[in-house]
Amino acid sequence: MISRRVKERIGFGSLAFCTILAIIPLIGIIGFLVWKGAPALTWEFLTQPPRKFLTEGGIFPAIVGTLGLTLGTIVVALPLGIGTAIYLVEYSKKSLFTTMVRIAIVNLAGVPSVVYGLFGMGLFVLTLNLGRSLVAGALTLGFLTLPVIISTAEEALLAVPDDYRNASLALGATRWQTIRRVILPAAFPSILTGTILGIGRAAGETAPIMFTAAAIYIPSLPRTVFDQVMALPYHLYAVATQIPNVPEHKAFGSAIVLVAIVSGLNLIAVIIRTKMRLKNMR
Amino acid sequence: MSKKLNRYYEKGIRYLLAFTAGTSIMILFLIFFFLFREGAGVFSYVNPIDFILGKEWSPVSEPPVFGALPLIAGSLVVTFGAGIIAIPVGIGIAVFLAEMAPRSVREVSKAIIELLAGVPSVVYGFIGLTVMAPMIKDLFNLPSALSAFTASIVLAVMALPTVVSISEDALNAVPRDFREASLALGATKWETTLRVVLPSARSGLIAASMLGLGRAIGETMAVLMVAGNATLIPHSIFDPVRTITADIAAEMGETVQGGLHYQALFGLGMVLFTITFIINLITDLVFAKTSSIKRGASL
Repeated sequence: MISRRVKERIGFGSLAFCTILAIIPLIGIIGFLVWKGAPALTWEFLTQPPRKFLTEGGIFPAIVGTLGLTLGTIVVALPLGIGTAIYLVEYSKKSLFTTMVRIAIVNLAGVPSVVYGLFGMGLFVLTLNLGRSLVAGALTLGFLTLPVIISTAEEALLAVPDDYRNASLALGATRWQTIRRVILPAAFPSILTGTILGIGRAAGETAPIMFTAAAIYIPSLPRTVFDQVMALPYHLYAVATQIPNVPEHKAFGSAIVLVAIVSGLNLIAVIIRTKMRLKNMR
Repeated sequence: MSKKLNRYYEKGIRYLLAFTAGTSIMILFLIFFFLFREGAGVFSYVNPIDFILGKEWSPVSEPPVFGALPLIAGSLVVTFGAGIIAIPVGIGIAVFLAEMAPRSVREVSKAIIELLAGVPSVVYGFIGLTVMAPMIKDLFNLPSALSAFTASIVLAVMALPTVVSISEDALNAVPRDFREASLALGATKWETTLRVVLPSARSGLIAASMLGLGRAIGETMAVLMVAGNATLIPHSIFDPVRTITADIAAEMGETVQGGLHYQALFGLGMVLFTITFIINLITDLVFAKTSSIKRGASL
């Protein structure tokens, strides 16, 4: 019989192996992307519009489109998300209404992104007649991101100690004054972290913008928010599967830029959070 | 501001915030409404039972045939395949991180897993298409690189971060006393993990698995790119398949607004919405303990 100690070694050893196994792909993926795509990453590639149906030129309009959609997502989701979280944490007692809100949030979080795309197309593109446009895409992505932002904002508000609230109220401040001057500033870094993580997710989404905002080939930049735009995720999908004769390194280059934007956002969030943790430990 | 005005101001803000909170309910309702409004028309062409159980999906043939079973089967096969890989591996990693890894390793691993979660699905699809599929084809000597099998592996990688982070939360929620009592009785750390910690965290681990599956079944771009896109009921895991999500994404561009095909795709949306709703409901039943906050943040 194997001794218990050996069993323990084997057990924990195989788990460590599992973990390494999961981390290798990330390093492999990033390494491979960089290796294949680095030749494409020139100044021209990043700052020039595409030519000859994506086979030449750069991806500048796609970068602009993705940044525009991301900004729009923030404009839609942030006020709604924080407002909802404030209401749930600071105002409401457990009521039928808040129970319904919570059920709705949990279910919204589970709705697949392609269904958000169908919904955005039905409501914004067709019914509200916005057409395929930056604004329709931003609204769709904003709604998609809402559950993440609500949840993280809620968590951030709950983490503010009750003493803060009581002290402020005892000094004669009203509820809203307390929220605006005491609670929101205290919770702000955590809310920021959650928001950036949510936005990072939205920036990389493809399915929701396929039917609501994105086009394969528009060399000119959008002039208004009602214009259709190129966007990096959809661009990557198109050059990888839809358009023949696109040089391989251009596809890899687009993938690098997309991963860099999204990971850059995530990294900022992780850094803010780590700093906060360290500060709290002191 | 006078006191009275101040009170109105406070009340106004309260109502404004309550209204904001109400938008979530409204959005859920609107999603439901639009799927139904745009899609219901197809059910006067085929009845709902034939739509779900029909074995042929030929939307552009004359006359068109809308039987979603191949797509539903495709979705279930790749999700199941992804689950078989991602659930044990994910829980294993979570145990490693929560029970044995030193602090520094844990922090670094968590950051990496979080970055892994942030990689967009279209990038996973791209990597799957250009790197993993050819490798898998050679490794297993398969006739075609793009199949349910390849999709399962790509999806497993994508679902892993969800499974790991929620499982880890569940493990961390097991009180320290349980572990200490077990160790004090002479059990090894491994025995404690296996017989005390894991059973105590059971409901959280099940929930982690369900949410991982929910993530996999809703995934669109990656499966569109690597699953092979054959609208046939698969006979083996190595057959090419097309999932519900991939079909909507692939065909929506070709449809005429309000046409039968367009309606059928919204019908598929309803089927998908219903499946994820059921997964959510099951999760709710086993998951009452862990807060809705964690769940929202995980997805």
